[in-house]
Amino acid sequence: MQAIEFEPWDDPQQKPLIRFQNVTKRFGDFTAIDDLSLDIFEKEFFALLGPSGCGKTTMMRMLGGFETPTKGRIELAGKDIGPVPPNKRAVNMMFQSYALFPHLSIWDNIAFGLRRDKKPKDEIDRRVEEMLKLTRLEKFARRKPHQISGGQRQRVALARSLAKAPKLLLLDEPLGALDKKLRQDTQFELMDIQETTGTTFVIVTHDQEEAMTVASRVAVMDEGRLIQVETPARIYETPNSVYVADFIGDVNIINGEATAIGEERYRITWGDALPPLVATSAKPFSDGQTCHLAIRPEKVTISTEKPQEADNAVQGKVLDIAYLGNLSTYHVELPTGTIIKAQTANTRRIARRNITWEDPVWLSWTATAGVMLAE
Amino acid sequence: MMRRFALIAVPYLWLLLLFLVPFVIVLKISLSDTALAIPPYTPTLDWAEGLGSFFSQLDFENFIWLTQDDLYWRAYLSSLVIALVSTALTLMIGYPMAYGMARAPEEWRPTLMMLVILPFWTSFLIRVYAWMGILSNEGFLNQFLLWIGVIDTPLTILNTNTAVYIGIVYTYLPFMILPIYAALDRMDGSLIEAAEDLGCSRLSAFWLVTVPLSRNGIIAGCFLVFIPALGEFVIPSLLGGSGTLMIGKVLWEEFFSNRDWPVASAVAVVLLLILVVPIVLFQRNQQKQSEAET
Repeated sequence: MQAIEFEPWDDPQQKPLIRFQNVTKRFGDFTAIDDLSLDIFEKEFFALLGPSGCGKTTMMRMLGGFETPTKGRIELAGKDIGPVPPNKRAVNMMFQSYALFPHLSIWDNIAFGLRRDKKPKDEIDRRVEEMLKLTRLEKFARRKPHQISGGQRQRVALARSLAKAPKLLLLDEPLGALDKKLRQDTQFELMDIQETTGTTFVIVTHDQEEAMTVASRVAVMDEGRLIQVETPARIYETPNSVYVADFIGDVNIINGEATAIGEERYRITWGDALPPLVATSAKPFSDGQTCHLAIRPEKVTISTEKPQEADNAVQGKVLDIAYLGNLSTYHVELPTGTIIKAQTANTRRIARRNITWEDPVWLSWTATAGVMLAE
Repeated sequence: MMRRFALIAVPYLWLLLLFLVPFVIVLKISLSDTALAIPPYTPTLDWAEGLGSFFSQLDFENFIWLTQDDLYWRAYLSSLVIALVSTALTLMIGYPMAYGMARAPEEWRPTLMMLVILPFWTSFLIRVYAWMGILSNEGFLNQFLLWIGVIDTPLTILNTNTAVYIGIVYTYLPFMILPIYAALDRMDGSLIEAAEDLGCSRLSAFWLVTVPLSRNGIIAGCFLVFIPALGEFVIPSLLGGSGTLMIGKVLWEEFFSNRDWPVASAVAVVLLLILVVPIVLFQRNQQKQSEAET
């Protein structure tokens, strides 16, 4: 089977399924969403990521119809959905608390939405069976929500929200109540189900790992604004700000002054005691401009000998070692007191490793390893 | 083992002393005959004559009498009707109040709760007398209605069944509101949103989700109103008229006006037997509820 790149956001011919146009939402004096515009495309698995209070839940509730924008327009498939109440939208939501009806069996919970549409009984039965099979809940159909486990409840909530085959499914922190192992398994299940059903998913989460795992695109939010909307890989590799770089994964931020030394090549001076660094950037920096060089720890090489032919090399002393099993993160203190994190994969057995606490070490990275950020 | 036994023994001892012993005494009196004596019935237990002659003097005469005079079964029936109707009225008034309380902003709820409980701070009798002042022909209600010109002649409310209904609904309203409020307050608000999300209108979400989930509160509230209303004595005797027939009033008259303790006791025993049915149902509801929660 030929893999087709799924990138509707790069295709100007594509019409977005959801379009936020300069949407503002205020609660009293508090501005939850601030003049925000965003397009989400059909079949996307779109993640809204941010710390609590960043407005991601408000975005979702506006899509669900539980909040109306103070200003601006929200379109679903080209139609303004501002005045449409939740029960008239082709949008379903999976609630953070799951919101399963405790007085109804699993079967009746899943059938709830279908019954409201006055569908014929055999059609409802068929659809419920289908949903039970999709979420592997056939055995629990007759039970009540309090008689099943947390993971099963989560699947019931998913089955119930998918039963009406919505154009758009909203997931509010869907895996928040599950423990880590189950959460990881469920993430893959969610992706499978999204692919099988072809439904557009919008997920709200504060867990960056979860967003990176499941989503086709991630929107990083802060204080009611979108900071960056990109694919997980690009968010990680080319963050557009220190905020995003810091929010997604682990990062070293080196503050310095840029000087152009060639095409898209800059020298960064960062303190008198240390040799200047070399980095590339497609974004232009003027001479003497303050810049922040963001380097992921796994892109920093640690060695006992001075590396040959490295664009950047600095010497320091090992302060801490965080052993994570598969990886080790070394915290290396430079003579200026700055701490740089370097991560290596533990491909050798522990006894063979030669770097330990207090060892003098060399850190090195290439000119392209980091990202130069203006803010 | 001893400790467990002692723990179980306490409630049973309580039940024995405060329920079973009085009941046996009343039951015994109901099987006795009237006498011009103190106490006004015979036989009294006399160890000298022996238990045999004591039991031989007991009979079901009074219970047979209850079936012969239609006053009694009419009083029972009328009490049942009044209790049922007032329970329904209390539910109709209490549910919206409880719903409003549960939906009120968080900071308002303690105040609203206080307002519901506040009447208990004054004597029940005083409050019933206050209703006499409100409902009488020259009372506040009639004066107000005459003043705004809705009526030309005062309405006769006091000493009718209407006044009894008003009194019962007013008195027992908190017993209806509190359990329903407790059930509604516990309910997760996102359930209503989920129902709306799945295609319910506001109204159908109320019937399909809110009402079933407050079912236990409704049942508890209805029993808490129905059971005391059935045997109610003070309200019908103060607010009701000569036409108001309630078993509590009949019971009181047999005891204190007629001084026929055996018949009065028989009335009480039958009332208790009638009440056993709803009490057992109520207990089963409570038990089911606590099972569902664990």
